[in-house]
Amino acid sequence: MVYLTRKAEFSASHYYHNPEFTPDENARIFGKCNNPNGHGHNYTLEVTVKGAVDPKSGFVVDLKQLKDIMNREVLDSLDHRFLNKEVPEFTNRIPTTENIAITIWQRLAPKLKTAQLHRVRVYETPDLFVDFYGEA
Amino acid sequence: MKAHLSRRYMFSASHRLHSDEMSEEQNRSVYGKCNNPYGHGHNYMLEITVSGPVDERKGMVCNLVDLDAFVQQHVLERYDHQNLNLIQEFTKQVPTTENLCIAIYEIVQRGLRHAHLEKVRIEETMMNSFEYMGEM
Repeated sequence: MVYLTRKAEFSASHYYHNPEFTPDENARIFGKCNNPNGHGHNYTLEVTVKGAVDPKSGFVVDLKQLKDIMNREVLDSLDHRFLNKEVPEFTNRIPTTENIAITIWQRLAPKLKTAQLHRVRVYETPDLFVDFYGEA
Repeated sequence: MKAHLSRRYMFSASHRLHSDEMSEEQNRSVYGKCNNPYGHGHNYMLEITVSGPVDERKGMVCNLVDLDAFVQQHVLERYDHQNLNLIQEFTKQVPTTENLCIAIYEIVQRGLRHAHLEKVRIEETMMNSFEYMGEM
């Protein structure tokens, strides 16, 4: 079993707000992130897949295919977007880094054929990141 | 769904690697430049990884404000800009980064109530890093 990781970057804006909370609760729980006008980050995405090395190609996965899937399923719809308003998953799900990692996993996992998705890591800033391994 | 959240912190401290159980010559041979009696310092990068279910209402494993406050109060205030050899846990134990990882793991494991501690990782320099995940 070999693990392969591909990185990508995207930039997006978001804010944290739960309509079930009062304005005071939203402000207390989410702090500056509750500003309804949004704010942005340069996110770094790391997608790790695992699998056996194909004896003919020497690949775990064709990187070109992985890159195309990441572009089509994730980057085309998240990069330079306001996540709350333009990405359907976040109409009812707060676009925290945790939920962004889960959403990216859910978009990628069914599309990968030859290798298996192992981990989605999303860096919101260089000193904050979330890993999601598909665990229930 | 369960996710892992990692947060990075910086602190600076000095130390000297020296064991009373070894002769002066053995200390010099084992620890080399790190045995300099006047000590030397590092900018340590501390990475704390916690895990837990993503709270559906808040979209979070753990509120970063709570994690940051805990680490600031119990870890950074203890070690930042200190001579590690003079801190209680290192009066009888060599302040290697291995032992520093274990000491910080134990502080966080004992006190943090907001999420489950998975791992403590420390980069002593860009070239060296150490991880502790508790006893397996």
